[in-house]
Amino acid sequence: MGIFEAMLLTIITAATPLVLAAIGELVTERSGVLNLGVEGMMVMGAACGFIATQVTGSPYIGILAGIAAGALFSLLFGFLTLTLVANQVATGLALTILGLGVSSMIAEPYLGQSGIKLPQIVFPVLSDIPFLGPVLFKQDLIFYLSIALVAGVNWFLFKSRAGLKLRSVGDSHASAHALGINVIRTRYLAVMFGGACAGLAGAQLSLVYTPQWAENMSAGRGWIALALVVFASWRPWRIVAGGYLFGAVSISQLYAQAFGIGIPSQLLSALPYLATIIVLILISHNRRMTLINTPASLGKSFVPDR
Amino acid sequence: MRIELERRAGVSKLFSILSPFIALGLTLIFGGIMFMMLGKDPIAALYSFFIEPLTEVWSLHELAIKAAPLILIAVGLSVCYRSNNWNIGAEGQFIMGAIAGSILPVVFYEWQSPLVLPLMMLLGMLGGALFAGIPAFLKAHLNTNEILTSLMLVYVAQLFLDWLVRGPWRNPGGMNFPETRTFDATAILPEMIASGRAHWGFGFAIIAAILVWFMMRYTLKGFEITVLGQSQRAGRFAGFSSRKMIWFSMLLSGALAGLAGIAEVSGAIQQLRPVISPGYGFTAIIVAFLGRLNPLGIVVAGLVLALTYLGGEAVQVSLQISDKPIRVFQGLLLFFVLSCDTLIHYKIRMMWYDLSETAGKGTR
Repeated sequence: MGIFEAMLLTIITAATPLVLAAIGELVTERSGVLNLGVEGMMVMGAACGFIATQVTGSPYIGILAGIAAGALFSLLFGFLTLTLVANQVATGLALTILGLGVSSMIAEPYLGQSGIKLPQIVFPVLSDIPFLGPVLFKQDLIFYLSIALVAGVNWFLFKSRAGLKLRSVGDSHASAHALGINVIRTRYLAVMFGGACAGLAGAQLSLVYTPQWAENMSAGRGWIALALVVFASWRPWRIVAGGYLFGAVSISQLYAQAFGIGIPSQLLSALPYLATIIVLILISHNRRMTLINTPASLGKSFVPDR
Repeated sequence: MRIELERRAGVSKLFSILSPFIALGLTLIFGGIMFMMLGKDPIAALYSFFIEPLTEVWSLHELAIKAAPLILIAVGLSVCYRSNNWNIGAEGQFIMGAIAGSILPVVFYEWQSPLVLPLMMLLGMLGGALFAGIPAFLKAHLNTNEILTSLMLVYVAQLFLDWLVRGPWRNPGGMNFPETRTFDATAILPEMIASGRAHWGFGFAIIAAILVWFMMRYTLKGFEITVLGQSQRAGRFAGFSSRKMIWFSMLLSGALAGLAGIAEVSGAIQQLRPVISPGYGFTAIIVAFLGRLNPLGIVVAGLVLALTYLGGEAVQVSLQISDKPIRVFQGLLLFFVLSCDTLIHYKIRMMWYDLSETAGKGTR
């Protein structure tokens, strides 16, 4: 295996959780809800996925546990912001703080245990294609899921009736309500989808990326995923492009450290965060473009009048 | 069951005072349940978590030490949040303030003078303000989301401190430990009263809270903050500039977080280490909301959250459990605070459809 191929494989592993969490948040935000709790849901998914795998011995049950944990945890956010119309920004922060706390508490007994890595699924003939084969057809289930989810979300949002309704809720909740669309229910479902995706992203961290549990192991990836949604200007396929770009940045710092280039390791570790800031600046300095792309009701609470 | 909200005609005075207390009560109940699930006696656990630290003089001093940074940071954040600027990177501004203020005792350690301490505090404020100036500039002039940029900068600040204490600022006589030289006596923030360790950081916090409270309540600036926060459009018609408000609120909160940082380092730690904060910048967000974004409320809220840090340490010793429940407590508290705030603006009606039907049949 060539070094370029190996690099590409590590980039994919680093990018997959970002893509997953971001595609979930994209759907949530398209429905008009800004959930800043991605980091918290992700770390809950990582913890529950790891625990379930250790208990049952099956990483596939771990994946399910991660998804369920993320979805259930996001319900908490949904209840506060949708039913009790609490401030979305503050509640999202609360979800992150609580998620970091709860995950480190419940997974503490599993600290330092070596986990079970999710096995690869090899497509018989396709994986023999030189170069592309191992990269695209010799991956784990979560990678395939991430690509399928992006394609699915793209189809759902722009080709299906339900997706059109979801976008209308995000662009003008009052009009959608007047048309008889159940705004609150749509948003609950969108929030839970976002939570499930973030939970799956977390499970990828503790089952594929580094098969073990470490406190705060999401390390800001949830926040980077939030930035990715802005970067992608709420378009699904751009999430993949952005996610792989960020994956490349975070992997390049590992390689730079390994080759001992004379740059402090801390500066290299800061690169993904600095890159996020730079990308955000480039994307959002054009005020008009941002306004066109952003769901118009994003972050606004809705109380149906009865 | 269905829950319906009905908007109140005005803000409920009763619930604006009660809601933080309801939230605290609910947190205690859930905390008790949590301890029960961990197999501990909930009453004993809550006692050593919330009461025991209040029974001794030394622990009251510790309480003031922990409350100082929380109050200082949260007071600044309250101005940001009231004006609708979501600075969540106070943790980074705290660290940069600590670094900027430490330039004198670490790099120019030979200069010993009564001027050192005030200059350190000023440099700390400057460091925090400049670091908060980055997201302020990006939001005000390049339209970049301040939530994400201010948070990303926290990681940058943490890594920068890590580099400093392992690299150029490492104590030459410190056996290779990742820490700076310990501060000279002239660079250490003195204690407030003779009975214990609590340093002047707590004094700064109280002064800052009173000043900001006065500003919010009696000055035009305070009115401007509130108006721009509630409606940018209305603020524009009144001639207020939301761009200037971004700068004002971010620089103010950055300066206060920076002061908290240098006060903590100079008063409590007395050197720089790779980690100088147990998440004060994030916990302060909870403090700001528990104090209902009111500086005087924040003083009380800061003491409550400081208690959770102390209580966490206390139960670690007395019940042999880890320090992890602290974060859970803090997260739960913020959740309950936010949900109880609904009561201020809305009446909550619960519709027990099925339940009332079956109950009706039962009594017949």
